[in-house]
Parts: sequence; C-alpha cells; structure tokens
Amino acid sequence: MEWVNAVLQGALLGGVYALLATGLSLVFGVMRIVNLAQGDLTILAAFVAVSVVQLTGLGPIEALALVVPLMMGLGYVLQRGLLDHSLGRGVLPPVLVTFGLAIVIQNLLLSIYTADTRGLNAGAIETDSIRLSPEIAIGVLPLLTLIVAVAILVGLQLLLSRTGLGRALRATSDDAQTATLMGIDDRRMFAIAMAIALGTVAVAGVFLGIRTSFGPVDGPARLIFAFEAVIIGGLGSLWGTLIGGIMLGVAQGIGNQLGPAYPVLAGHLLFLLVLAFRPQGLFARRQERQS
Amino acid sequence: MSGPTVVMGTRASRRAAILGLASVALLATVPAWGSAGMMRFLVEVLTLLALAQMWNLLAGYAGLVSIGQQAFIGLGAYGLFVLTDLALLPAVLPVVGVGLLGAAVSLAVSPLVFRLAGGYFAIGTWVVAEVIRLVVLNTPQVGGGTGVTVQALVAMPAAERQALTYWLALMVGIGSIVVVALIMRSRLGLALSGLRDSEVAARSLGVDIFRAKLFIFLIAGVGCAVAGAVIYMQLLRIQPNAAFGIDWTARMMFVVIIGGVGRIEGPIVGVAAFFLLQQTLAELGTLYLVILGGVAIFVTLLAPGGLWGLITSRYPVALFGIQRRLLLGPARPIEATPANPGGSP
Repeated sequence: MEWVNAVLQGALLGGVYALLATGLSLVFGVMRIVNLAQGDLTILAAFVAVSVVQLTGLGPIEALALVVPLMMGLGYVLQRGLLDHSLGRGVLPPVLVTFGLAIVIQNLLLSIYTADTRGLNAGAIETDSIRLSPEIAIGVLPLLTLIVAVAILVGLQLLLSRTGLGRALRATSDDAQTATLMGIDDRRMFAIAMAIALGTVAVAGVFLGIRTSFGPVDGPARLIFAFEAVIIGGLGSLWGTLIGGIMLGVAQGIGNQLGPAYPVLAGHLLFLLVLAFRPQGLFARRQERQS
Repeated sequence: MSGPTVVMGTRASRRAAILGLASVALLATVPAWGSAGMMRFLVEVLTLLALAQMWNLLAGYAGLVSIGQQAFIGLGAYGLFVLTDLALLPAVLPVVGVGLLGAAVSLAVSPLVFRLAGGYFAIGTWVVAEVIRLVVLNTPQVGGGTGVTVQALVAMPAAERQALTYWLALMVGIGSIVVVALIMRSRLGLALSGLRDSEVAARSLGVDIFRAKLFIFLIAGVGCAVAGAVIYMQLLRIQPNAAFGIDWTARMMFVVIIGGVGRIEGPIVGVAAFFLLQQTLAELGTLYLVILGGVAIFVTLLAPGGLWGLITSRYPVALFGIQRRLLLGPARPIEATPANPGGSP
C-alpha cells in the first residue's frame, strides 16, 4: 500500500512538472531556443511569492494573482529587451545568453535573499487529505496542484487551437518568416510566447514552493525536471508533456520509496532509458526530430 | 612554381611560435625561482586554460554546447583518488589512467547525448553529469557525500608534490593548445572549420559530421578529465558537489566567450581577462558572479568574436598557422586576413 501511495503522490506532482515542461517546450516550439534560465526564473517566481506574501499578508495561492502577471511582464520584457537579440545567429548565442541570465538571476537571488532556504505556507490545506481507503489518502494540496495544472494545460490548448492569437503563435512556430509575410509580427509572438511560458512556470514555482522548501541555487534542478518531462513525453504535444511530467513524478515517487537518496536519480534514469530506447519520446506527435 | 597553393603559416604565426616557445621555456624555469603561491596560481591558470581550450573545441568548432563538462572534471578528481590511494599507482600514472577514463565515459555517453541537438544537447550533458554526481554521492567506497582526501599525495613532501603538480599543469595547459592547433591543421580541422561556418554546407561537401563531433567530444572528455586530476592534485580534498559542480563549466564558458568563441587564441586571451577580473572584483562575492554573467551576455550579443575578435578586427594577425589560405600564383608569404569578419561562429 505504501507503494500505491508513492505512485499516487508522484503522479499528483507530475502536473507541476508538466507545467515546467510546457514553459520550456512552448518557448522552444515558437522561437527554437532552449531557455536555460527557466529553472532560475521558476525559483525567482517562488521568491517573488515570498515577498508578496510578506508585503500583503495574502496566502501563497492568492498571491499567484500578483506573481503570475509580474512574471508574464518580465517574460515579455526579457524577450524584447534581451533574448530577441540572440536570435538568428546560430545555436550558440541563445544558449550562452540564457546561461548567462541563469547565473545572473541565481546570484542576484543569493545576494537579495541570502542562501537560506525558504518555504511558502499555504495553511491548513497543506495537511488536509481525502481518505480513499484505510491505507491510501490523497493530500488536498497535491490534488489541487494537479487540477490547476491540468486546467492551465486545457486553457493553453484552447488558446492555441481556438483563438486568433493561438493561430498566430502556431503559424510563427511552423515558419516565422512566412508568418511575417501574412502580417504577423513575429517578435511580438516571441514575446507573448515567453510571457505565457513564464506565467505557466510561475504557477509551478509557487506550488513547488508550497510543497517543499527552496533556495536560490535550486533553479538548475527545476530546469532539468522540465527538460526530462519534455523528452519523456515527446516534443510538440501538450498531452504528451502532461504524461511525461506524471511519469517523471511517478519515477521520483518510486525512487523515494527506495531511499531518500534516490528520487532524483530515479527520474534521471527514466529519462536516460527513454532517450536510449525511444528518443522521440513516448507520445511524440511527429516521428522526426526537431532541431 | 606557379599555380594555386594552400598556405597555413603567416609571418606573425612564425613570430608567435618563437615567442610562445620562449614563454614556455620561461614557465618551465618557474619551479627554480617562483614562490609556492605563484606556482599555485599558475597551476590554476594553466588548468583553466586547458579546460577552456576543450570547451572552445566543443562549442566553438564542433557546435556541441556542453554544460556537462564538470562530469569529466569530477571523474578526473575521483579517478585520481581511486588510482593513487586505492590502486596505489605512482603519481604520474593516475593522470594517464584518468585520461583513459575520460575517453571511456565520453564514448559511453555519446550515443545518448548525441540524440539531442542544440540547447537540448546542453541540458542532456548536464543530466549525465548529475547522474554521475549522484552515483558518486551514493558510493561509500569513495566517501559518499562527504568526499575524500587523496592521502598518498598528502603524504608526499610538499615541495615535491607542488613541483609535480606544476609540471603536469604546464603539460596540460600547453598540451591543450598544441592538441587544438594540431587538430585544426589536420583534415579534421578543415572539416571542423566548415562545420563551424555552416553545418549544412559541410555536410553537402561530404564531411562526416557525426564522426567529427564524436572525435571532438572524446578529446574534450579526455582533456577535462586530465585537467580535473591535476586541479585536484593541488586541492587534495575532493567533495562530490564541488568536483561535479556546474561552476567549472560556467568558468570555461566565461573564459571562451570573453576571449572569443571558435578561435584558438580566444581561451588564451580569455583566461588572462578572467583572472584580471577575478583579482579586481572577487571581494564583491555573489555580485562578482552577477557581473560575470552580465559580461558574458553582453559580449555574446554585442561582440560575438570576444576580445580576440575585437583585436583582430583592428589588427589582422593570426598567432597560429591554422587558417588555410589559397594563394593563386607563386607561393609568397603574406599577412593573414581578418578571420571570419562578422565574428559569429
């Protein structure tokens, strides 16, 4: 029964990983860049939530109403002011610029908030649980996290498939040059994609921050989880990403059951196995590899 | 004799070679007169130079942006411990053994990470480094989370150990430049230059891209492992989180970006700039790293050729005879043309 619990807990956590992965693959899909600073931006969102909670006295979940728009604005500005200039000159500049950005954010957080780990306290909701059977209980918070994650993914899917903005984003993703010919401002689409990505990631950052304590140097781990969920699920599919995130969460849950040292390692191993035996991902929409 | 000929050397490169040999000779005499502090500093400089040359080879020439090279540094450190303290080999042999370890591991992980391209390759190499770190962290035989101290080296007389470390660092530092120069003068170097300028064009001319990249990944794995072993011969205390820390790769990247990506002179200029910045700004603590990251961003965006690119755009010199120039008509010595004017690799 302990095992069932571990798998269940992991699966619930998977929603957060799916959100992180969505941020990464949305930016990659539209701009063809991998945002190496995304992990540190996730942690930044959690720290912004800490400050918002301190200043306003709101709970961390209510604070999202402020944190998400802030991070979206930051995403828009970052793309327009910085990342745009690294595009169109090969693979190297975006990687170097986002890596430099990661170092800047991480060390700014260290100097503002010190190296202490922080937590976000959501109150009673953290310990409430729903009992399914005498041995199995589902925490209200993990369940809420998964529901929020799925809701955001559904919303994104609708935005991309049903709205004019979504059509423009998809057109830019397919072929930015041709999209420009049709009157789409590709740079604006890039900035909007980055804003959506950081908004998504901010939600994940805050929920992860409620779940476990975090520090300024935890960004890289967030980036790696996002990346693993993307590769496990397969590029180019939001639902694949959700399943990738859930599988990563389950692997970590099982690893946790083996011992405190293994959750992260178990996730890495699942990723390596997928990469070795099914490099297109488990639920890839397209067979060929995008690069 | 008339007709087109290909020339690689320039007058400047021959002068630079003489100057280079003179500086190597000078560096070789340091153990006779230099202070212990100076030798320690030079070991740091020379090993960072070697690491940066390897990273430049990867990212600048082969288009392999690895942010997992710390895997090889950590393996070099732990290889040093295992071979000196557990296998009891005399001091130089472990460094050779560590090189073989680096080769074996880079060959073993390449089928996995080579499935990823660009930025995803970068994170893939990082995950591999993390996996190795976590495995080492959970192996009590090599000290687990607390790490180990290389006892056989601690037991050595300090002066002897320092001289040995210095010699090895000198060999690694100078060796890295020689290896890169030799590669660039070879057929593979020609392929790599093509790869750097346009992967599609290189492929269409029959360059076996996969093999070229694999070879470079292998060389970089060996180089980083050997440099890691030498670094830890000096540090002696190995902790998994430090030995496998991303900081190593951040440092190599910074040196290469500042100096000039895709140029052999880049890492040399970059190491000088790095230590200059470190001496002047180190007391700023974390703000120093903020500045370092900011500098890296702005150099990438505004001066993609780095410091060396800025220098050569004004004074077209090539310190190494590794650039091929086609001379129509009789061979005659001419000066180099500015390499890669736009500067973007």
